[in-house]
Amino acid sequence: MTSQTPSLSGKQAVLEGLPDHPAIKALQASDIDGWNPQAFLDARFDFGELTLTVAAAEIRAACSAVKAAGYNFFEDMTAVDWFPASPRFQLSYHILSHAFKERIRLRVMLDESDPTVDSIVPVWAGANYYEREVFDLFGIRFACHPDLRRIMMPDDWQGHPLRKDYPVEGYR
Amino acid sequence: MTENPGAPVLELPAAAITGERRMVLNMGPQHPATHGVLRLIVELDGEVIVSVQPEIGYLHTGIEKTCEAKFYQQVVPLTDRVNYLDPLSNNLCYCLAVEKLLGLEIPDRAQWIRVLLTELSRLNSHLIWLGTHAMDIGALTVFLYTFREREEILRLFEAVAGQRMMTSYFRIGGLAMEPPLDWLDRVQHFITTFPEKIDEYSNLLTGNPIFMNRLKGVGYLSAADAIALGVTGPPLRASGVDIDLRRDMPYSSYEKFRFNVPTSTVGDTWARYVVRLVEMRESTKIVQQALDGMPGGPVKANAPKIVLPDREKMKTEMEALIHHFKIVTEGFNVPAGEVYQGMECGHGQMGYYVVSDGTSKPYRVHMRYPSFATLQAVETMCKGRLIADLVAVIGSIDIVLGEIDR
Repeated sequence: MTSQTPSLSGKQAVLEGLPDHPAIKALQASDIDGWNPQAFLDARFDFGELTLTVAAAEIRAACSAVKAAGYNFFEDMTAVDWFPASPRFQLSYHILSHAFKERIRLRVMLDESDPTVDSIVPVWAGANYYEREVFDLFGIRFACHPDLRRIMMPDDWQGHPLRKDYPVEGYR
Repeated sequence: MTENPGAPVLELPAAAITGERRMVLNMGPQHPATHGVLRLIVELDGEVIVSVQPEIGYLHTGIEKTCEAKFYQQVVPLTDRVNYLDPLSNNLCYCLAVEKLLGLEIPDRAQWIRVLLTELSRLNSHLIWLGTHAMDIGALTVFLYTFREREEILRLFEAVAGQRMMTSYFRIGGLAMEPPLDWLDRVQHFITTFPEKIDEYSNLLTGNPIFMNRLKGVGYLSAADAIALGVTGPPLRASGVDIDLRRDMPYSSYEKFRFNVPTSTVGDTWARYVVRLVEMRESTKIVQQALDGMPGGPVKANAPKIVLPDREKMKTEMEALIHHFKIVTEGFNVPAGEVYQGMECGHGQMGYYVVSDGTSKPYRVHMRYPSFATLQAVETMCKGRLIADLVAVIGSIDIVLGEIDR
């Protein structure tokens, strides 16, 4: 259904262009326990992919909401460093629906001063390693993560290699 | 117990004093059955596994960081090196992601050859899995059989790409070049004889009582656990979840091919073995269909500013020479945006997340590889089972450490 839809930019345009999309409906609903529709900030539809931006503090509730709406499979999670822009970090969660055969992207923006966000391990246990990887390589902290340790780099490593202010070559 | 007055007094750990007698066993990183440099810290109560803690990162080379410093076309050879057993799937996934950003139309012939080669690559991956998995269990012969066929597949790769393992044959906008003249006949010859070879492996293993005893009822993973832990590919389908991105979210014209997706509801190591074995038969069907219906035409998209020109054109036409020079020295700009391209590789669902800021180098490339998530399920599969089953379980989830550590 969505592959023929042209690019849509902005929450209002997406709401009008994809009125029946189950994930958007879930984030618009005000009757879901623990989810506040005010935290649904922005939306974009381009390259046949739907990106939904939610408030950083509400990511776990947003994941629970879309999970209840049929987006049952946590596929991938990573960060993008927009240094020196502010807010600096973007977290992208890719969530797949086995029923709709469709993928959505949940997006969260984080400030450099306190890059902390709730862990979604209580919703999908499989996010464990992904959050550890982002913690290791970007230095973003996940509150209530069961085992937040470095995963790729040695435990005593200084710095976070995938940040843009970390050099590609040379010895730090 | 007689006391030796000269021996120093050992301080017992707290667990020993409270009566819990557990042993922590370090397995790897150089253990032959860990399929690379995987280290497992196993806590044992006698022979029963209490917990398994994977320690990874020994092969971490920062490929995602390297990608950010290369032109878009220079990333293709890096992708080979991530999952080195299934190189063409890596190439395809990355190229599809960038082509999505560019909005490129890929000619039919290129798409069909991509499907054909990706399926051969899947066979390659499954053959290595079968050989090493059986070897872990103790059936050494199968390894020699599967590597015989793998060698043939590698020769086909070599003929088409000039490289046996690090192929880099798929390029942004199509293929590197037209395959050699008799290459499709060689593929036909291989694929005609291959089903008999699968029968051979099956004869060696499927009815083998030792193999069955080691695999059946071992490493059980429920569908709910598999989904929660992000397990994909054959382990997920062996747990009864019928999802295969080739069929359900087709890419590169997979929608034009007819094949079955094998599933099992048992969810043990044996089910994963059976599912992969049937998958190999289905892959041969796809290759056969690709050969039968192979369309003609070009193998590169008509986009002179993105796709390198043919060698002959470059030597005779000024325009082509300029384009060649520009692409090699400056790369090409990709429209700003972010895309996620998922696909089904030999181990499960792979995905490339490419973020562009409008320049000729990717702003961020993230690779989702199936083994990384599947490794999280090892503890669930092994808890409360015997230590000997751990080796069977690691073999059955078919992990490659290159793609876990990246």
